[in-house]
Amino acid sequence: MSQSALTKSPPEAEGVVRRAGPSAGERFARAAEQSWRPVALLLVCFAVWWVISAAELVKPYLVPSPGATLDVLTGKAGYLWQHTWVTTYETLLGFLIAVAVGVLAAVVMVYSSTVERTLYPILLFAQVVPKIAIAPLFVVWLGFGIEPKILIAVLIAFFPVVISMVTGLKAVDPEMLQLSATMGARPWQTFLKIRFPASLPHLFSGLKVAVTLAVTGAVVGEFVGANEGLGYVILQANGNLDTPMLFAGLLVMSLIGVVLFVAVEIAEMLLLPWHASRRDASATTTY
Amino acid sequence: MTMAKQYTTRTKASVPAAAAVGLSDVAVRFRSRKRDVTALREVSLDVAPGEFVAIVGPSGCGKSTLLKLVAGLLKPSSGKVRLGGEQVDGVRHDIGYVFQRAALLEWRSARRNILLQAEIRKMPPAQARGRTDELIRMTGLAGFEDAYPHELSGGMQQRVALCRALLHEPPVLLMDEPFGALDALTREQMNMELNRIWRETRTTVLLVTHSISEAVYLADRVVVMSPRPGTISEIIEVGLDAEREYGETLGRPEFRDAAAHIRDLLGAASAHD
Repeated sequence: MSQSALTKSPPEAEGVVRRAGPSAGERFARAAEQSWRPVALLLVCFAVWWVISAAELVKPYLVPSPGATLDVLTGKAGYLWQHTWVTTYETLLGFLIAVAVGVLAAVVMVYSSTVERTLYPILLFAQVVPKIAIAPLFVVWLGFGIEPKILIAVLIAFFPVVISMVTGLKAVDPEMLQLSATMGARPWQTFLKIRFPASLPHLFSGLKVAVTLAVTGAVVGEFVGANEGLGYVILQANGNLDTPMLFAGLLVMSLIGVVLFVAVEIAEMLLLPWHASRRDASATTTY
Repeated sequence: MTMAKQYTTRTKASVPAAAAVGLSDVAVRFRSRKRDVTALREVSLDVAPGEFVAIVGPSGCGKSTLLKLVAGLLKPSSGKVRLGGEQVDGVRHDIGYVFQRAALLEWRSARRNILLQAEIRKMPPAQARGRTDELIRMTGLAGFEDAYPHELSGGMQQRVALCRALLHEPPVLLMDEPFGALDALTREQMNMELNRIWRETRTTVLLVTHSISEAVYLADRVVVMSPRPGTISEIIEVGLDAEREYGETLGRPEFRDAAAHIRDLLGAASAHD
């Protein structure tokens, strides 16, 4: 992956090209410039929503007005916050366990093809079995606490972590590995100095998928049997035909996913500045 | 440069016992499911310490395989490979390797890419830093030591790879089409610099290349290989002084004769193929 720059380099008699990456300020300005469109689209959606409910095109108990939803968000902020915290806690714990177990599993699988062949069918099976279908089983096993929610979040987030990490660890330049062999590198040196850092860009793309899936996992767990969390809030609101509360719950739930996703992106930018600047450069290609 | 000066007259291949690299009757066969492929056969070559040997030949003649044998990254099916008087038996650490692609670590600056060699070998840090500074000056990387690979041109990236390969002062430097991905002008400049660096370091160099002029300009001897199964068809003594001014050298009759002869050999080989 490090070699694409070589072929991209423009011919230079001196062989000297210094292409500095964009500074933090420039990157922020570019992000602001690029984000006005999605923000505008979001505002349009809200406007349409407002028009629909203000003109009473749909009955209020089916689609509440933005005002009613906002009233719930502010008026019952304490109630919502309490349950948001539960769902966030389950999501984060599930995500972190999935990352730890997933990365470890990927490393073992890459270094032992026997383990890979043995584990892969089980992994695939765990991935294809619908989580919502096994969720009730986990409630039977683990009760109504946060454990089954965390377990479902782990199960659902685990797969993208393993797949991306395995891909990353295998994507290492074979010549780089030969080079480290001629340097007399021990396997752990090759892993720490070459393989692991080289796999991080792949891992992070998996983490972004995993973190949003973990929210779904936690909420699915709450749907099946819970007395707290946003999934519980939504079920309750649904039962009472309290659509403003339902909408408020949905909004907050989506917000958790977005915030966690952005947090992973920021972590990526801080940990892999070399990768972020590369990606920015290639993203601006116009042909 | 720490190597002694006794190799200044570095022309004829010396006695095999003193050879830096020795291959005797080496063959490499790859076994695939359907058939056996002979990549190399009957290859015998002795390279004197401090000598610069270029290997040219059509694609698929086993040039890169030959370098991998010397490094111990590949075992010969038959025959013997020696490096520094010892039989090669497993990956050797007393070499420097440069590939066509620079193979740099994207997350490390140029200097820290060079220092990877020192870190893995656990060289004393002060010595490694001093040697790195020296190589950065020698290869013209000064001012770019803190740049990251994606900020460097192809030529600069290859200089970093060369510094990394030379950091531990290996007695033998193996180069596998190191300038193959560079544009013509950068390539010429890298050739001139490699000639100078070789004269300064006195390292034995085995260079695989597709470029006849690169081979003749740089090498004491040029090994011409024939394709499938790869074997040495002729070894040409270039007979130029070690110090070679680029434009002047290319106009010399020795250069033109050697280049024409090699071109004939390669043309005959491809016609035969």
